[in-house]
Amino acid sequence: MAGAVSNLGRRSANITDAVSEPFLVRWGLIAVALIFLALFLVIPLIAVFKEAFSKGVEVYFASIREPDAWAAVKLTLLAAAIAVPLNVIFGISAAWAITKFRFRGKQVLITLIDLPFAVSPVVAGLIYVLLFGTKGWLGPWLGEHDIKIIFAVPGIVLATIFVTFPFVARELIPLMEEQGTSYEEAALTLGASGWQTFWKVTLPSIKWGLLYGIILCNARAMGEFGAVSVVSGHIRGQTNTLPLHIEILYNEYQFAAAFAAASLLAGLALVTLAVKSFLEWQHVRDREKAARAAAQQE
Amino acid sequence: MLLKSVKKSLLVLTLGLTASAASWAQEVKLLNVSYDPTRELYAEFNKAFVAHWQKTANQKVTVSQSHGGSGKQARSVIDGLAADVVTLALAYDIDALYDEAKLIPENWQSRLPNNSSPYTSTIVFVVRKGNPKNIKDWDDLVKPGIQVITPNPKTSGGARWNYLAAWAYAKKAYGSDEKAREFVAKLYKNVPVLDSGARGSTTTFAQRQLGDVFLSWENEAFLIEKEFGVGKFEVIVPSLSILAEPPVTVVDKNVEKNGTRKVAEAYLNFLYSKEGQEIAGKNFYRPRDPEVAAKFSNIFPEVKLVTIDEEFGGWRKAQTEHFSDGGIFDQIYQPQ
Amino acid sequence: MRSIRKPSVIPGFGLSLGFAAFYASLIVFIPLAALFAKSFTLTWDEFWKTVLHPQAIASYKLSLGASFIGACINLVFGFIVAWVLVRYQFFGKKVVDALVDLPFALPTAVAGIALTTLYAPQGWIGQFLSPLGIKVAYAPLGVVVALTFIGLPFVVRTVQPVLEELEKEIEEAAASLGAGRWATFRRILFPALLPALLTGFALAFARAVGEYGSVVFISGNMPYKTEITPLLIVTKLEQYNYAGAAALAVVLLTFSFVLLLLINILQHWSSKRAGG
Repeated sequence: MAGAVSNLGRRSANITDAVSEPFLVRWGLIAVALIFLALFLVIPLIAVFKEAFSKGVEVYFASIREPDAWAAVKLTLLAAAIAVPLNVIFGISAAWAITKFRFRGKQVLITLIDLPFAVSPVVAGLIYVLLFGTKGWLGPWLGEHDIKIIFAVPGIVLATIFVTFPFVARELIPLMEEQGTSYEEAALTLGASGWQTFWKVTLPSIKWGLLYGIILCNARAMGEFGAVSVVSGHIRGQTNTLPLHIEILYNEYQFAAAFAAASLLAGLALVTLAVKSFLEWQHVRDREKAARAAAQQE
Repeated sequence: MLLKSVKKSLLVLTLGLTASAASWAQEVKLLNVSYDPTRELYAEFNKAFVAHWQKTANQKVTVSQSHGGSGKQARSVIDGLAADVVTLALAYDIDALYDEAKLIPENWQSRLPNNSSPYTSTIVFVVRKGNPKNIKDWDDLVKPGIQVITPNPKTSGGARWNYLAAWAYAKKAYGSDEKAREFVAKLYKNVPVLDSGARGSTTTFAQRQLGDVFLSWENEAFLIEKEFGVGKFEVIVPSLSILAEPPVTVVDKNVEKNGTRKVAEAYLNFLYSKEGQEIAGKNFYRPRDPEVAAKFSNIFPEVKLVTIDEEFGGWRKAQTEHFSDGGIFDQIYQPQ
Repeated sequence: MRSIRKPSVIPGFGLSLGFAAFYASLIVFIPLAALFAKSFTLTWDEFWKTVLHPQAIASYKLSLGASFIGACINLVFGFIVAWVLVRYQFFGKKVVDALVDLPFALPTAVAGIALTTLYAPQGWIGQFLSPLGIKVAYAPLGVVVALTFIGLPFVVRTVQPVLEELEKEIEEAAASLGAGRWATFRRILFPALLPALLTGFALAFARAVGEYGSVVFISGNMPYKTEITPLLIVTKLEQYNYAGAAALAVVLLTFSFVLLLLINILQHWSSKRAGG
């Protein structure tokens, strides 16, 4: 199939031209995109790194190596490591139910999935306080059994799950909507089981959307400040995530150290993106291999 | 045979657990929930207390710190943050621990000397080098064209002290609450930015170079010099200011649950000791102990100070009148 | 179950919907119910007085208005960015692609501080704007800048995968049938991308309405002028007024929910039309 398309492309160069834009339009669009990103992303990022290194490289590395900073990094990674997989499982099942079936109340369900985006981070923390706080619904019971949820790690994980809740589902729904159900139906008619269909047919076709979802979910999980701040209790070295640690440093007038920690977070995000690029590269290579094999068979 | 060895290993395990539980009891943990500007103070004080407790009680103590806006910190304790002691910016926030959750008795403030405030501070002005706008006293702040930096009293404890200090001055200078209100309204007309917290305002003034004068805690004013460079700013002491009393208390419900009452009380009492007072002075808080205070008299200038109790009838009243929703501060900003 | 859905050969409806519903209730709906319950502890009168206070209304206007403008900016430019990233080759594309997620990874407070550094009257960018009489930091425009930054990844990241999956054959077919590039875009590409565009817009908007951390640094927080609703919520909490805070939160939530629902219905309708 892929081979056939590229053959077709080679045969009629004028059609390939027709599916792209004139040179000027192309570069005009690239310029607009780059200027927009420069203004809103690159310059702020440069500001962060400039501040981070303003007191020299030594201060930068000293502030990253500090034990409280490490405790914060560990807690941040732990929260993300729990929140992301749970939200992936949820995202896939929600997207499956919503896009592969037609049922009443579907639009309401989609909108409900979006709700955590609409909830102010301040409120996202507050709702868990209302639920698990001493005066909350479950507070007295938890107190009796000496179970700590808020102002401890479970509360931080919960708040993180809440703010990153919609990402995977939201990434998958438009994609799976666009793809429809014909491939799955074909596979099922040919005798594949439900799980087989999911693993062999659905998953490969949604993997890029899923990957984007995971990356966004992970980035946001590590960067969340507002909601976690409400339920953390801010105990140094115990319940501070990296964003909270940054706030502390900033409030201690340690601007360079604060921005150094912030650049660390930006770095963590870049690592996940490097992983994505690597997978993408592998994917392209595999596809080329498959195309070549198909061409040989012909 | 197998059963026996299992039993044996279980026994060893149990013994091990008991032993470790015993050593846990040896070590005691304290959580001090405090407000923003005390970070440096308690970092130093906790070290001194750990050594002191090791010496006097022969017990290892670890003190954890939590810092944040005073009101937010009080709310966390009300909602279940297991603080053994709280050291906050104003009595209103500690009152809330009684009002909202009965974590402490109503008379908490009379349990320790000096209204339970082991150190005090006041509100001063910080201006730029050479005082280019020639700001000397409160009256200069309401002149047209002067930009005053102070945080939002609705969200910042320190900002409430600023507001009340201005009010107290105007009432003394112009003779009535009506005039004081006019004065304060005029002052806030000169405020271009209301940051949500005291340290946000510091940054606005020192880092962003916004404003001519910054209303600040005295201890913060000294710290600004230290952090942003000596000689860049000048501290101006107004003719009259307010006695800011940041109070402390043991959180009774929590220490009873944690079994830490003894060490928590010792911790607070140590704040009143010569050593504790000295640490407070070194961190630019005015010590209560006259002897220690004398030592620092060259740092802290004499200021005529009014107190919240005599001038405003206590924090509960001041809060309702001035800062609650619909209070005087809100009315100042109502569009005509 | 049978009664609410149309029959299909695809299995797993009960399992997927059941798990999704269970997880969603646990994480989202039950805690949100606590929020609503709290706001209902106010009397009807108190509730309306809180949410219709002139200061609250001024803050809704700012929060919703600035979020809307920010989301519109992101809709236009986010689409261009996604298009450029998927369709064109240029030097440094991988890096640009990586940067798009930055607003998620940076804690909002850091974003707010960095943006204020840039747009304050003495800042890198602000120093060029203030002679022109344009005030960004400590003005409503600053709120728009912060909210644009916060919502930037949404449109890009929802459009990107759909654009990638879009089969070029259709475009080629259209071209070979004699359709011009613009006509192909309008008739073929745009309808296919519309659901993703709308989703991105809605998410960017919803996220911006509730944003707190970055805005408080750049807005100046002046009552009636640059005070956003989440700040008012925090102010209520400072007075231990949980019910008042919950009431304002409920209002914000309702606004966003209605907007999201409208957009989702619109999207459903447009995808049905595109499909038919």
